[in-house]
Amino acid sequence: MTDTPADRLARATPQPVAKRIRGLSDRAIAWIFVAPTIFLLLSVNIFPLIWTIRLSFTNFAANKPNAEVKWVGLRNYERILTDADTWANMQTTAHFLIWTIIFQVLIGFTLAWLINRKFKGNDLVTTLIVIPMMLSPAVVGNFWTFLYQPQIGLVNYAVEFLTGIPADSFSMLGPGGWARWAIVIVDTWMWTPFVMLICLAGLRSIPDYIYEAAEVDRASKWRQFWTITLPMALPFLMLAVLFRGIENFRMFDLVVLLTGGGPGDETLLASIDLKREAFEKWRTGYSSAYAIVLFVTVFGLASIYVKALNKVKER
Amino acid sequence: MSAHSVTEPSTASKWLAGILVGLYAVITLIPLLWIISTSFKSGPDSISYPPKVVFQPTLEGYVNLFTTQSRPSAADLAKLPPPTTWYDKITRERGMIISGPSRFGQRFLNSVIIGFGSTFLSIFLGTLAAYAFSRFRVPLKDDLLFFILSTRMMPPIAVAIPIYLMFRQLGLSDTHLGMILLYTAVNLSLSVWLLKGFIDEIPREYEEAALIDGYTRFQAFYKVVLPQAATGIASTAIFCLIFAWNEYAFAVLLTSGNAQTAPPFIPTILSVGGGIDWPAVAAAATLFLLPVVIFTVLLRKHLLRGITFGAVRK
Repeated sequence: MTDTPADRLARATPQPVAKRIRGLSDRAIAWIFVAPTIFLLLSVNIFPLIWTIRLSFTNFAANKPNAEVKWVGLRNYERILTDADTWANMQTTAHFLIWTIIFQVLIGFTLAWLINRKFKGNDLVTTLIVIPMMLSPAVVGNFWTFLYQPQIGLVNYAVEFLTGIPADSFSMLGPGGWARWAIVIVDTWMWTPFVMLICLAGLRSIPDYIYEAAEVDRASKWRQFWTITLPMALPFLMLAVLFRGIENFRMFDLVVLLTGGGPGDETLLASIDLKREAFEKWRTGYSSAYAIVLFVTVFGLASIYVKALNKVKER
Repeated sequence: MSAHSVTEPSTASKWLAGILVGLYAVITLIPLLWIISTSFKSGPDSISYPPKVVFQPTLEGYVNLFTTQSRPSAADLAKLPPPTTWYDKITRERGMIISGPSRFGQRFLNSVIIGFGSTFLSIFLGTLAAYAFSRFRVPLKDDLLFFILSTRMMPPIAVAIPIYLMFRQLGLSDTHLGMILLYTAVNLSLSVWLLKGFIDEIPREYEEAALIDGYTRFQAFYKVVLPQAATGIASTAIFCLIFAWNEYAFAVLLTSGNAQTAPPFIPTILSVGGGIDWPAVAAAATLFLLPVVIFTVLLRKHLLRGITFGAVRK
């Protein structure tokens, strides 16, 4: 590597007396500038993570700091992986993940494709559409419980108005199997704009001349969509799926406020189960192992996925 | 026919796209408008069925939100002097008296302190780091940058217990400083990556000219680079603020009274009777959403970049 022109200039410039005192070398400045960030990230992210790994091999309970801590080896992991409830939670999580991604990609891509037509007022409409994703998930979860109230809520009223099904005959958050769909709907409402924005970035990255060439070749609009638009936007679509996948795997706030995992265990996502183990049952060692299992799962799935994504990009 | 490029969509398809997207916008904003309108309803109006679209607006929800109230006996109520302020009047009409402020004001203030504190700190540290990454040869630069990015993927629950224990040890649990440091750490990945992008785009020639004029590196940094990066810094700051403003998981797990922000607090707002006071909850949500909505409108030009930070460009 060569020096930057600025480095060379800095050396070539005659040094005023004051500078010899204040002026540090570029290398020193670089370290001073980067060090606080690295230090903070190490102490608030990496150190706790290593601590979690250590705790996961013990029977420690954070609400009993004076009790004797025993090293239990891999027993926490063994219990998690052989517990039928864990697998049930994973299935609930998968249901949530799959459906939210399907809806968000379909709606988000369609919206981006429409918005890319650059109609009048599209700036304003885009800004309005984006608002839900900028809100606090906890507050969103809270006010959707109001909209979902069986006797007084807007959702049941809208269903009765549109379909004639009596509003008091079903409850979105109560027993009856609707709760899973209730959280899928809210997550889709909130996060479709995010997928839309990334798809929009993808569509905007396709150069016009490709369409012009296709036009010269008399390719139909339909064919252009399937052979140009979709394949070229695909890496962006996949990226959106990656982001949403990681986020929804550890989804916590929205669902805690909407259903808290209920009714029964119908919407007990892995992350909510983890919170119960850690901060309600105070099984710290066990929940640390649980956290590590989830963490490894996300990273494993994400890295396999990123490999696939890179293949698509290389095409 | 007017001369336009072959790829330009036809007027008809533009119209159709506009109508469809507009329709989506209307449907998607209904829940939001419903909450805002509920904040101006009276208690009975908020839970009437069928839902009321036309109603007599009142500030009852807002008064309930900011005050604690009690219900005196009818005899005691009759003995009281007439109400002097508009909010006393609203409360008295329902047979209640205001006995003091509620905790919402404090929680909202906590959100402001922690939100702005952590935003300031993540921008300060992030700008320094981004400048160094952009302009100097930092050892292991790419690895460090990736490390910084990867911290954003950490699930809050996986590190919440050790952070809880660590904060307890350091006396940081349930303090503003603790939450500020925590949110700063979470936001640093975003601020370093975004700001590096903005600083990369400022031509190095500006600093070189400044160095020739006898400026030190520090002077060149804050007199030349910082003003050039101002827009980028502002939009990064708003993204950091929105995150810290909205965060719930850490807030609910690590704070209880002193430093609790509004997101864990809003869902716990109850009426005097013990049920959920929906107009008051809606009022809290509305007040809490307001800054975010304003920022979103201000931010619209930078939205795409902030959301896809670095990842798309790579």
